Amino acid sequence: MIAYTIRRILMAIPTLWVALTMIFILVRVIPGDPTSAVMGDYVTEKSLEVLKKQMGLDLPLIEQYGLYLYNFIRGDFGNSLITGAPVLKELKNALPHTLELTFTSLLIGMVTGIPLGIFLALKRNSFWDYLGRFFSLAGLSFPSFYIAVLLILLFSMKLDLLPVMGVGATGDFWDRMHHLVLPSLTLGLLMMSYLTRMTRSTMLDVLGADYIRTAHAKGLERKKVIFKHALKNASVSIVTVLGIYAGILVGSSVMTEIIFNRPGLGSLIVGSMLNRDYITINSIMTVYAAIVIFINLITDLSYGLIDPRIRYE
Amino acid sequence: MNHDTRQKILRTFLQNKAAIVGLVLSLIVVFTCIAAPYLPLPDPINQSMSLRFKPPSWQHPLGTDNFGRDVLSRVIWGGRVSIVVGVLSVVMAMTLGTIIGLVSGYKGGYIDNLTMRIVDVLMCFPTLILGILFMAALGSGMTSLIIAIGIAIAPRFARLCRGAVLGVRQNDFVEAARSMGMSDLRIMFRHILPNVLGDVIVMGALWVGAIIITEASLSFIGLGVPPPTPSWGRMVREGLDFMGHAYWVSVYSGGAIFITVIGFNLFGDGLRDILDPKLRQ
Repeated sequence: MIAYTIRRILMAIPTLWVALTMIFILVRVIPGDPTSAVMGDYVTEKSLEVLKKQMGLDLPLIEQYGLYLYNFIRGDFGNSLITGAPVLKELKNALPHTLELTFTSLLIGMVTGIPLGIFLALKRNSFWDYLGRFFSLAGLSFPSFYIAVLLILLFSMKLDLLPVMGVGATGDFWDRMHHLVLPSLTLGLLMMSYLTRMTRSTMLDVLGADYIRTAHAKGLERKKVIFKHALKNASVSIVTVLGIYAGILVGSSVMTEIIFNRPGLGSLIVGSMLNRDYITINSIMTVYAAIVIFINLITDLSYGLIDPRIRYE
Repeated sequence: MNHDTRQKILRTFLQNKAAIVGLVLSLIVVFTCIAAPYLPLPDPINQSMSLRFKPPSWQHPLGTDNFGRDVLSRVIWGGRVSIVVGVLSVVMAMTLGTIIGLVSGYKGGYIDNLTMRIVDVLMCFPTLILGILFMAALGSGMTSLIIAIGIAIAPRFARLCRGAVLGVRQNDFVEAARSMGMSDLRIMFRHILPNVLGDVIVMGALWVGAIIITEASLSFIGLGVPPPTPSWGRMVREGLDFMGHAYWVSVYSGGAIFITVIGFNLFGDGLRDILDPKLRQ
């Protein structure tokens, strides 16, 4: 397992490097000169030159690229073009809010979606199956921001139970949780729909396999067949989709953060996009890529744990 | 595909009630939006301050917004943007992805390695984030939306198509075509493409709904079609500011997104059940 872990970690490094290179290229494709965005329209040529030099934009592209990689390795993300504050500090403030939201939503989705999917697979083609399938497909057809709108309407405006805006007072754990309910419910419902569908279809695949029929035929009790034989074999696929959807979740968190006014990565990237704050955009994209690569790594590692055969490939 | 198979597929489709509901729902939405100029609707853009925030009534079935504009009319007109962007982005992503996947899978070697690495990395970024980035690069507007979303999801089609090509490439008829001296281009487009197109189309059908959501999300953020042209995402956003006394603006425009997307999703799901050989067995 240790050799496998090390091999997987080493394989993530070139992916991260390609991601960094692509971000570098993509961000430079965005039109609009960042220097004029910082200084506004009334600016002399000379002060533009000075700022360009400060930002390292006067260097040849290849040198900019080298410097960019070097700074990344040192953990120096530069300063925001708009506020002048170190981007790393802004990221440090924003990241916990995004992670907190993503993690709780994933948890809600897993706790509800996976058991529901197993249940539907066992009740294949029954009334419950049709109902569950319809609701999970309906869940996928809601834009996350619309789920948020409906939840706000019900829980904040009609029932006046939950807050709509912000993340709560720092240090007050219950206030934070109170503010987290609606956003994480928004994404949790989405996640639940995804996971219900995938767990159902994976379980159906496995339940049709020969070894399950054998297990039934040799007289094993139903519970054992389902939980020990079927679920164990289905779990590799479930973990795969869990990894994929965790990535999707990170993307959907952008909308949720904006609606609920949570100062996370999503709010930060949209804000910097409107201000053309190159350096911040660059860093947030890097963080997003790093998160997804990290999720993929965890997914790969859990394969190895679940299915020992994979370790020896 | 011969006549019998076609008959069989049509029969399976007609038995799939959910798929038919989806098809009918999507067709109703599409035709209503196409017919918008001919329907007896109030102007979706003209403002009338005396009609602000009227609740749903016979004159205004879905109420009016903060500028006194009829919400039903804006929902129908706004649908035109969503449908056009949804369908054309998928077509663009399909075309781009299929070409990349075809070349990459057929040629193999370092071309394949390089393209798949890039595809892997592009798939690392959430679609919405890529969409935001491309929108920022291209500026707002309908064409930009189509290109931005199309490019953002093309890697997924490339990955799928390449996988399918790898399977088809092993077949004897490809070897036969090659030994007859056919050009690579001809083999790729005349012999391999028809065999992978089914997979690509199913995936396309499944993505239309997701793209309509992406488009709505981009307009929600303010990166969609510029005002005053109505678009669903922005209507939900604008309605959010006066949710307290005029819930109908947000709720009904969001409802339009939901109905359209579930229509396309039901249809796409049914199409997959019918055409996916793995599920058919």
